[in-house]
Amino acid sequence: MSGVAGQLFAGLSLGSILLLAALGLSLTFGQMGVINMAHGEFVMAGAFTAYVVQQVISDAGVSLLLSIPLGFVVGGLLGVLLEATLIRRMYHRPMDTLLVTFGVSLILQQVARDVFGAPSVAVAAPAWLSGSLRLGTVELPVGRLFILGLAAVCVAALAVCMRYTVLGRRLRATVQNRDLAETLGISTRRSDRTTFFIGSGLAGVAGVALTLVGSTSPTLGTGYIVDAFLVVVAGGIGQIKGTVLAAFGLGLLQATLEYSTTASIAKVLVFIAVVAFLQVRPNGIYAVRSRSLA
Amino acid sequence: MNILTERPNAGASRWAGAIPASVFVVLALALLVGAPQVLSSFRLSLLARFCCYAMVALGIGLAWGRGGMLTLGQGLFFGLGAYLMAMHLKLADAGQGQVPDFMLLYGDGKVPGWWEPFRSPILTLVAIPLVPGLVALILGLAVFKRRVKGAYFTILSQALAAAFAIFLVGQQTTTGGTNGLNGFRSFFGYALNDPVNKATLYYIAAATLLVMIAGMWFLYRSRYNELLIAVRDGEERVRFLGYDPANVKVFAYVVAAVLAGIGGALFVPIAGIISPADVGVLPSIGFLIGVAIGGRHTLLGPVLGTIGVAAAQNTLSESFPSFWTYFQGALFIVVVAFLPGGLAQLTGTLRRRRPASTASAAAHNPTPARESTG
Repeated sequence: MSGVAGQLFAGLSLGSILLLAALGLSLTFGQMGVINMAHGEFVMAGAFTAYVVQQVISDAGVSLLLSIPLGFVVGGLLGVLLEATLIRRMYHRPMDTLLVTFGVSLILQQVARDVFGAPSVAVAAPAWLSGSLRLGTVELPVGRLFILGLAAVCVAALAVCMRYTVLGRRLRATVQNRDLAETLGISTRRSDRTTFFIGSGLAGVAGVALTLVGSTSPTLGTGYIVDAFLVVVAGGIGQIKGTVLAAFGLGLLQATLEYSTTASIAKVLVFIAVVAFLQVRPNGIYAVRSRSLA
Repeated sequence: MNILTERPNAGASRWAGAIPASVFVVLALALLVGAPQVLSSFRLSLLARFCCYAMVALGIGLAWGRGGMLTLGQGLFFGLGAYLMAMHLKLADAGQGQVPDFMLLYGDGKVPGWWEPFRSPILTLVAIPLVPGLVALILGLAVFKRRVKGAYFTILSQALAAAFAIFLVGQQTTTGGTNGLNGFRSFFGYALNDPVNKATLYYIAAATLLVMIAGMWFLYRSRYNELLIAVRDGEERVRFLGYDPANVKVFAYVVAAVLAGIGGALFVPIAGIISPADVGVLPSIGFLIGVAIGGRHTLLGPVLGTIGVAAAQNTLSESFPSFWTYFQGALFIVVVAFLPGGLAQLTGTLRRRRPASTASAAAHNPTPARESTG
């Protein structure tokens, strides 16, 4: 029984990491249709923010709590910079955006390599995250629980922001009908930029969280970007709940398959499962119905 | 008259269809006669490697430039062809009934069952185009029949390359893991360290590339080409006209995969190694940059662009490795954002100013074709 519960927790934990990495993408890719390959490097920037903050403030707990908002701002600012300089010109060419942002991601990686060095660095986790909670016969590492909680907070904050605030209403209006939103006096330029700020900021938060489960290196983001895109695709474009379901679904699947096979075969099987799933639901879990032929 | 018998939306398609044969002849002479005269055997072997990349690029030009399918996973097909060839070379080196060296080192000293067929050279040569083609066929049918397209397809193809590389890394005992397969001694009975055989390998690669270009030239002049472009520009319209766009796309995807597989197979004896680092996400995207720079809509653009970029990378990354990464990133940004037609766009802009009927005749005439108004 403890095996199953342990599997379940491993899956949920992996799912929460995937979710953090994919949540920002569900905004920039899902809502705006921008394929931002540099998203992984925003994650990496968040992780290095945590590293830098810890160099300044040696207390691990304070630095972690401070890193989360700072990582959000760093990721967000990078995103806005990218949007304002390049992506703004290319909204009508989504495929080309992919290649351009890949170029950006190459450059950001090299910048990180030149600044921090190619070997990975470690960010110390605070003492209160190092133990584990005992629940019946299952050991739950507190660090993993913290990430799970952080993911839940991010999803809740994003959902509330999109649904109940003026800002969220403007962002949704812009996505749903750009021209009509404009005639109602909404600055769609500003909406785009804000959406990109939030989406990229969430990547930064994900980066801070990732320092708790592994070391930080300039190539940190490349390991997550493919999975994060898969989550958004499987979840369905433009729906936060789809992304949440897909992240935990893929996390659980990966953890279960890893248990019975090896990590690499599990990865391949997860991919095949996504392709098979898209056979049944080509637009992901939650598809926005439309009659458009585009 | 329907949309398919007219040349739709000339621009891109016209100047590619009118690629003058003379450029091809110049390229053929340069590759087969010029390069072996001028280059040292080391440089010649590098050029042979670039020719293999160019085969992949040629296929990407068809799938992406013509078909609008941005495939980020050509590393998979390149890798399939390469690993098939590498398996055969390993088995041939080991000798009849013997076990390749790395398996003795890491594994249980037995050859796995799925390796055995590739002892046969003929079967290997058949499998090299067949396996990537079949994989692409199955994937293509699964994806395109369900009308998964655009960004979804791109992300799936990328995930595929990533999964393949991860799979290879995990199979230390049967695929060599991170090290990949290397240390080949002979190629179908010919010693690989013999300089004459090395030069022969170059000729094989260059000739294969030229044959592929010629084949693609015929494909680009066929009605299929018009159909593919029509699918790219208005998939639903083509569907309403009674065609199945999925079949059109699958064909292009399969051709691209076969070209990549053959390129990969030739890459192995030339480079002497194939490892997961050659087939994953990064090399798969790397294949695109040459295509983008050369001009994705054109026949020769992807080939020339890829050889050019690979040569530049080789020269620059030797002396300034960090600078090369910045340069490569900047290339992606500048070319794709500001010059989406690649360098061919520059010549194309000049050519499009002239009436279509004289475009091909005037194409290699550097002076403005003022006489062509009639």
